[in-house]
Amino acid sequence: MIPQSFEYSVPNTLQEALQLLAGGNAKVLAGGMSLVPLMKLRLAAPEHLVDLRRITGLKTLSESSGEIRIGAMATHHDLDSSPLLRQRCPLLAEAAKHIGDVQVRNLGTIGGSLSHADPAADYPASLLALGAKVKLVRAGAERTLNLEDFLVDTFTTAAEPGELLTEIIVPVEEPKTGVSYQKMVQPASGFAIVGVAARVRKSNGQISLARLGLTGVAPSPFRAAAAEARLQGSAGSAEDIRQAAALVSSNIEANADIHASASYRKQMAQVYAARALHAALAEAS
Amino acid sequence: MKRLISVTINGKQRTDEVEPRLLLIHYLRDVVGLTGSHIGCETSLCGACTVELDGKAVKSCTMFAVQVDGCRLLTIEGLVSNGKYHPLQEAFWNEHGLQCGFCTPGMIVACKQLLERTPVPTEEEIRHGIEGNLCRCTGYQHIVNAVKAASAKMGI
Ligand SMILES: Cc1cc2nc3c(=O)[nH]c(=O)nc-3n(C[C@H](O)[C@H](O)[C@H](O)COP(=O)(O)OP(=O)(O)OC[C@H]3O[C@@H](n4cnc5c(N)ncnc54)[C@H](O)[C@@H]3O)c2cc1C
Ligand code: FES
Ligand code: FES
Repeated sequence: MIPQSFEYSVPNTLQEALQLLAGGNAKVLAGGMSLVPLMKLRLAAPEHLVDLRRITGLKTLSESSGEIRIGAMATHHDLDSSPLLRQRCPLLAEAAKHIGDVQVRNLGTIGGSLSHADPAADYPASLLALGAKVKLVRAGAERTLNLEDFLVDTFTTAAEPGELLTEIIVPVEEPKTGVSYQKMVQPASGFAIVGVAARVRKSNGQISLARLGLTGVAPSPFRAAAAEARLQGSAGSAEDIRQAAALVSSNIEANADIHASASYRKQMAQVYAARALHAALAEAS
Repeated sequence: MKRLISVTINGKQRTDEVEPRLLLIHYLRDVVGLTGSHIGCETSLCGACTVELDGKAVKSCTMFAVQVDGCRLLTIEGLVSNGKYHPLQEAFWNEHGLQCGFCTPGMIVACKQLLERTPVPTEEEIRHGIEGNLCRCTGYQHIVNAVKAASAKMGI
């Protein structure tokens, strides 16, 4: 359990970090909750680690013009315990609470979780339902991507070598939006076998907004567009929910492992989608 | 290349030269000589290695010693103050919150974090708060009882 030797840098500013990363040989160290276990198993052996912990600007949560900006180095505990998020974007705070255990939440970061791109990570379900964007910065340039475009595949993102994820941007939740995150936990690891996040709004008795994000089911987390379309304009009755939930995994090539077969995962995705929709609709009306 | 780190452990500052790949738990046990924190799984799952870093419970087998340069650490050895046990230590003793004791140093640090954030936790909150710590002896019930007893005592 001893990792390979590496060089270690701990820059004080973003500019310094970007310069260190520009060469392409260095790897970012955030909370280390995914990277350090991989290094101990020698599944990862970076030559050079750039620890972001001293860059205070990457930890802030702030609201302006209808958006909440979350620094990539904000920890799961920071999100779970943030009064701003609890009031203005409760779905994301709720997702953070479901991650791992207290020790993992104290160190692990939202930027690290998204960059690691584990197909069963909790955040993407909620972030996809929220229509989140991510900001990527490199020496001399920056770009903003929709989360869908950032999460390319299992353990693969659109970040180029030398590029740093600095910020996650979510909308402030409108009043009367009902939200829920429902997670089927694999008891030993605490990871999601299936995780479903739902956001719904009603106006004049009809669903005017329906968003469903799923994690754990497929190689990449995804939005269930067909189910959303089924709900749009409906009254949100038990039958509407049942029919919509049946669509969440219909065209999906599901993951299979020792904990759950592909068909079981697809079935559970429907069950947890229905639970999330019921809970969200109860809040919305 | 070795790096110089400066850390305050249980109130005492010290400086050591360490390799970047040295895990914090190995630093504490082998370099500093504080063997209270245990190594159970070494794979971030059991929590036996839990210590407090700047007031936050962390698993010291999943960090490098270089990451705590400039920080404050508290281990089980630092919980006794002026020769008196911490209320959690007393409660674990009185309520039989341990049998073999292997999980206890990490368990108590995790419970301390729980009581700081939730001074009067419900049974469910206690169980959620110690999710990251495994105990193979007690079946957890006596640990839950100990946390309740400590909570009551600390509230007085
Ligand atoms: C016991 C245990 C249980 C867990 N349970 C869950 C769970 O239930 N749900 C869940 O979602 N996760 C879980 N996790 C994973 C946890 O959420 C990690 O915190 C997260 O996956 C990685 O975040 P980190 O800050 O620790 O990143 P690190 O481990 O430091 O980094 C992960 C990867 O991302 C890269 N990286 C990090 N930050 C950036 C950045 N800003 N820009 C570019 N690249 C970056 C690193 O180079 C590395 O490749 C668990 C982990 C453990 C150890
Ligand atoms: S030894 Fe660190 S979690 Fe088990
Ligand atoms: S007392 Fe033996 S492992 Fe907990």
